[in-house]
Amino acid sequence: MRAEATGPALKLPEKHYLNATYGIRSWLLTTDHKRIALLWLAAVTFFFFIGGFFAMMIRLHLLTPNGYLLTPDMYNRMFTMHGVTMVFFFLIPSIPAILGNFLIPLMIGAKDLAFPKINLLSWYIYIVGGLFTLWAMVNGGLDTGWTFYTPFSTLYSNSAVAPAVVGVFINGFSSILTGLNFLVTVHTMRAPGMTWFRLPLFVWAHYATSIVMILGTPVIAITLGLAAMERVFGLGFFNPAMGGDPILFQHLFWFYSHPAVYIMILPAMGVISELIPTFARKRLFGYHFVAAASLAIAVIGFLVWTHHMFLTGQSTYAAVAFSFLTFIVAIPSAIKTFNWTATLFGGSISFDTPMLYAFGFLGLFMIGGLTGLFLGALGVDINIHDTYFVVAHFHYIMVGGAVMGYLGGLHFWWPKITGRMYPEWLARIAAFILFIGFNFTFFPQFILGIMGMPRRYHTYPPEFQIYNVMSTAGASILAVGYLLPMVYLTWAAFYGKVAGDNPWPATGLEWKTQSPPLTENFDVTPVVTWEAYDFHNRPDLGLDVPSGKGSPGVVAPAHGDD
Amino acid sequence: MSEQEHTEHIVSPGTYLAIILTLLALTGITVFAAFVNLGRFNIVVALLIATVKATLVVLIFMHAKYAPERTKLVIIAGIFWLALLLFMTLSDYASRVDYRGVRYPMTQIISHTLGNRG
Amino acid sequence: MHRTGALFGQFKTLEQQKDTATLGMWIFLVTEVMFFGGIMLAYTINRHTYFHAFAMGSNTLSLGLGGFNTVVLLASSFTMAMAVWSSQTSKKGLITLFLSLTIFLGFVFFGVKYVEYAQKFHHHLVPGKNFDIFYCVNNPSKCDDIDAADMAKEKEELEVAAKADPDLNAHAQLYYSAYFGMTGLHALHMVIGAGLLFWLLKESVAGRFNAEWNNPVDIVGLYWHFVDIVWIYLFPLLYLIDRHK
Repeated sequence: MRAEATGPALKLPEKHYLNATYGIRSWLLTTDHKRIALLWLAAVTFFFFIGGFFAMMIRLHLLTPNGYLLTPDMYNRMFTMHGVTMVFFFLIPSIPAILGNFLIPLMIGAKDLAFPKINLLSWYIYIVGGLFTLWAMVNGGLDTGWTFYTPFSTLYSNSAVAPAVVGVFINGFSSILTGLNFLVTVHTMRAPGMTWFRLPLFVWAHYATSIVMILGTPVIAITLGLAAMERVFGLGFFNPAMGGDPILFQHLFWFYSHPAVYIMILPAMGVISELIPTFARKRLFGYHFVAAASLAIAVIGFLVWTHHMFLTGQSTYAAVAFSFLTFIVAIPSAIKTFNWTATLFGGSISFDTPMLYAFGFLGLFMIGGLTGLFLGALGVDINIHDTYFVVAHFHYIMVGGAVMGYLGGLHFWWPKITGRMYPEWLARIAAFILFIGFNFTFFPQFILGIMGMPRRYHTYPPEFQIYNVMSTAGASILAVGYLLPMVYLTWAAFYGKVAGDNPWPATGLEWKTQSPPLTENFDVTPVVTWEAYDFHNRPDLGLDVPSGKGSPGVVAPAHGDD
Repeated sequence: MSEQEHTEHIVSPGTYLAIILTLLALTGITVFAAFVNLGRFNIVVALLIATVKATLVVLIFMHAKYAPERTKLVIIAGIFWLALLLFMTLSDYASRVDYRGVRYPMTQIISHTLGNRG
Repeated sequence: MHRTGALFGQFKTLEQQKDTATLGMWIFLVTEVMFFGGIMLAYTINRHTYFHAFAMGSNTLSLGLGGFNTVVLLASSFTMAMAVWSSQTSKKGLITLFLSLTIFLGFVFFGVKYVEYAQKFHHHLVPGKNFDIFYCVNNPSKCDDIDAADMAKEKEELEVAAKADPDLNAHAQLYYSAYFGMTGLHALHMVIGAGLLFWLLKESVAGRFNAEWNNPVDIVGLYWHFVDIVWIYLFPLLYLIDRHK
């Protein structure tokens, strides 16, 4: 079925994965990757609210230089728990566990992931880890910073370090199992004709992400395990009194936590690689380079972690080596950015909401990435390490990049997930509100950082107040930008306009099945004979395109139903 | 079913027996070598023998020798990443001029070459 | 629910299912390599920095028990490989036999480990408030499981070590942190392995495995061999430091 701009209203298919079975047990014991994705959506959104609450407390407290809202101890707990929740319980799972779980089998033409029960187990492990961490938060909180640096976390902190660390440790297994599932699925479950280089770049991005999950997460597991054992049983690896070394903790911690940031951004890049060709009506420029760049980011990302430790007394040689590698890791990201931009050139661009998020991503990720280079430059880093410059840098990438990718992806695939379309104009307004709120929140933080305001401080000199106030004001606008989609997407799931199989239309295999899909995804195993993003050789899309290779010519813009 | 046979190479009990006897012999050699004073090479010998043992287990007991190329790539990736973790972290320690009063050999070489400006 | 050997819904052939499960186990083992790698790194740095303390600690370990455990675990790898062979050749009785032997050897390993751990607790060699590397030498009556000749040797070694490293007691805790951390994690993995083996045993007694379907035996075997490989490294690293004195 194709979406048509005029004609009779579409109807939802009779049978699909949402109405296949009823009852709470059919959801909590499901092995359907699509239902599991929705379980993840609910859980991740819950933790997003919690992390957002802590963010609100931070920004409210920082409205005044002398910090009237929270005690110093309480403030330490706020920024720590904001970090732990957002990093481990929101950013790391978000796109892979929700969109990855839902889409990967559909995109490769499989009935489900390789290990559906392990998929469900992964969600339960996340819940258990989350409960441990929540328990820690209400039973003493956590004030060590999300980085848990020793010996403060192991010896001196009197917050609930052990349960929180156990919670994050458990959560790591969730990540490992998801990564394992994706890797094996992509290797062994592709439909006939779906060769590696016909895979959507979303799948390549998740493949690269899964490599990072598999190779990196176990290291944070052992690190936190050792820290917990030190705190509870008195093992001494990080304890200077026994001859242990706090820097060893930092090495082990960042060996995972740097690649972790690539776990957060690669899936978002995968989303962007789907959005831009669709809304520019043009094949992605340099498919092979973008696929290779995803793998390169995953691999090189493991070689740079010591750039978080430039100020720990490293020798110049080590610092120079890691700084150089940090500059190298920017190259594959730049390749991708150039290729996305080149895809836009000569394309037939429409400004649907997912595309607005993609544009937001392009600009904001670029700023975030470039400021990362400033931080990677040794001389500069000495001055801006541990200042708000760092905070602004990573928020530009994580919120301006990853969250934009997440929201863009949610909007783009919402018709596939629910069978119904979100309200376009409201969504565009929300995207603008989010963009404006985001920049007001975090751009002043670059300035604060350059001016010297340290991060994780509960007070600041009065001359910084104007920027802090601007930042808090921006945060309230940003909050509206987040709440609006939560409301209208939920509304649209039940009452939105029925979307049809392929409302955009887009070229992926997931769009060739009904919306919402059947539980088994496809009624007949598809046989793939076309290349990815090939708008010219897909007459089934109903686009006004000259077939065969060559210039795009005149192409109907993406869905203009409303 | 015959399709199983040509993808699954069955290793004979005789081979397994030969391997276990080799492993036991190597264990004996490791213990013996520990009692010989080789200075700083004791650890090198011990790790070398352990690696030979591990290789035998991986190749024969775990059938890696007969596994598809993909499996071999996974094994090599794992070993490579472990090496990354160990060697890159050690490079930080090794290049610190004076870590806990212990001078690492690499530091001495570098300082010597560059005239002690590190 | 599916019985072992039946084709799961998301796969098209039994071959694809086997292939997938085997690849999954190999990738999981890579995560285990990185997991143990972290504590190996901690060990490496501390052994280099505090060699005397590590040598001292290593020499308080019983080479006999450690060597015996190494032989036991290697043998269990052999019996596990034989269990896989038995399943590949449909010799159902032998599958059960070899799985039982593997489990038995595993429990022997646990028994020896228990003896070793108990000894460490008894000798005040557990990191923490009561740690004292000089405990046995200062209180020979309390450590009656060390005979006089060994006690004299230990006393001598301690004196040399203490001269070389004035903070010996503090640094020795790092050795024991490594010892308990590494062998403890290893033992935990063995317990999980034993659990998996019991499940396999149950299925094998029910006659589930044969030449057509032996994948679970194969992949549990992979896990068990990996646990053996970890011990292959732990043995020289923990038991054989500076033994040539």
